[in-house]
Amino acid sequence: MAKRKLLLTFPNNLIDQPITYHLVKDYDLELNILRARVTPKEEGRLIVELKGKKEKLKLGEEFLKGLGVKVEPLALDVAFFEDRCTQCTACSGVCRSGAITVDRKKMKIVFEKDKCIACELCVTMCPFRAVEITF
Amino acid sequence: MPKTIQEINEKIKKGEAVVLTAEEIIDFVAEEGVKKAAQKVDVVTTGTFGPMCSSGAFFNVGHTRPRIKLGGGKVHLNDVPAYAGLAAADFYLGATALPEEDPRNSVFPGRFEYGGGNVIEDLVAGKDVRLSVQAYGTDCYPKKRLETWVSLKEMNEAVLFNPRNAYQNYNVAVNISDKVIYTYMGMLLPNLGNATYSSAGQLSPLLNDPEYRTIGIGTRIFLGGGVGYVVWNGTQHNPTVLRGENHVPYRPAGTLTVLGDLKGMNSHWLRGASFIGYGCTLAVGIGIPIPILDEEVLRATSVKDSEIVAPVVDYSQAYPQRESDILSEVTYAQLRSGTIELRGKKIPTGGFSSYFKAREIALLLKSWIKESKFILTESVATLPDSKSGVNLKPLQERPLQ
Ligand code: SF4
Ligand code: SF4
Repeated sequence: MAKRKLLLTFPNNLIDQPITYHLVKDYDLELNILRARVTPKEEGRLIVELKGKKEKLKLGEEFLKGLGVKVEPLALDVAFFEDRCTQCTACSGVCRSGAITVDRKKMKIVFEKDKCIACELCVTMCPFRAVEITF
Repeated sequence: MPKTIQEINEKIKKGEAVVLTAEEIIDFVAEEGVKKAAQKVDVVTTGTFGPMCSSGAFFNVGHTRPRIKLGGGKVHLNDVPAYAGLAAADFYLGATALPEEDPRNSVFPGRFEYGGGNVIEDLVAGKDVRLSVQAYGTDCYPKKRLETWVSLKEMNEAVLFNPRNAYQNYNVAVNISDKVIYTYMGMLLPNLGNATYSSAGQLSPLLNDPEYRTIGIGTRIFLGGGVGYVVWNGTQHNPTVLRGENHVPYRPAGTLTVLGDLKGMNSHWLRGASFIGYGCTLAVGIGIPIPILDEEVLRATSVKDSEIVAPVVDYSQAYPQRESDILSEVTYAQLRSGTIELRGKKIPTGGFSSYFKAREIALLLKSWIKESKFILTESVATLPDSKSGVNLKPLQERPLQ
């Protein structure tokens, strides 16, 4: 089983299509929606975690791209800037996914990318602009 | 046998002083006992690093040719307004000042990208900032407009002057409403979704000298990476609040006014900060040495997080409405563990005061003292203590007619 966390951007003509259904049904993928929103420009954005066989994952992604969905790997989008971080730990208190924890001995934050669901709460919380998520 | 500050300074000058941080002293006292520890240790260093809104700096930029009178005119640094109600070439820039064109909270929650605190950080980092002045012109100061780059090293004076820093204890903020709120204690998630706090606890200067026995007017300190002084009690100094048996206040209590040469500081210890939905500020690093004059002073420095209690306050209703309700009390040991319990719920905590940096400051100050680079001062006057009768008054509004 392989895992991929993806940011999917749907043009508005695809918003009401049963795309996720096809991913599950035709490609045998387990699909976990981490976040969903429709932007003012009527674009749909989904953050999903896909689990399945490696080849099926690849085919699933191809299927999405073929329909005109923009597919971007997610983990790349969260960045911590060590030089701006003061280790205040404020972000750790709002991170629900467990991606930010605190090494209590050092009192330093620890970021585990693969647990991040890109909810942006840490970005809102950080007074020092030490975390950035770019969409 | 009690020691004097002069005796301790003699040891510092000879490089013989025994210096521990406010964290290290805890185990040392547990092993050696108060009596022995008080004999062996000369100085305990404390530290804190966190957003402190009542911060700012005085500047003198020198005179142009022809001369221009900044006083009574309009002065901006990188579009952030400074206070110019002073003599011709002096002005004060406050940490929370915002450019006129900043949208503030008109698009809620505002982002407050750049303010006074950021200008101070940029200057300390050695960057050029844009000085713009509009003046009204006089016979002796004819020039009316000025647009120029300035940097810290070109200025005559640049003095960090913070009227309220180093709060002795602080509230723990939570939100009991069902909406997200944006406060100076950060974003607070609904239904007790998170709790934020802002004190270095056992490392914090005034929590290690709860009755201000050694920290007073004239105390030399680590300030923003350079050297500064305590020059007064801070605004809202409130020493008469509820205290524990160890004299440590259970509520926000004492504060300090501090001052120091900005030119000797370092942007590692002076950082602009933005609180979404609230505003801009400056995070300040402060370290204060405590001379171990006797056992009582020593005992106070051995206070630990589990013995320091803070009030949990609801920032959706109680704080904004100035109600005195406290939801609960927790210790800094609980806060720093990552969760507190309230109303049967486990609430994740996060700090705004960096314990990591507080520790770094205490260690840095320790090394300065050990290397004879930092000599202690005797305070010239004490700060109002718990018996002073000084307390924090609210503003009673009096209708204008
Ligand atoms: S974006 Fe959300 S999940 Fe990711 S680290 Fe920040 S708070 Fe945690
Ligand atoms: S809130 Fe920002 S400065 Fe504080 S620990 Fe998190 S990333 Fe670092």
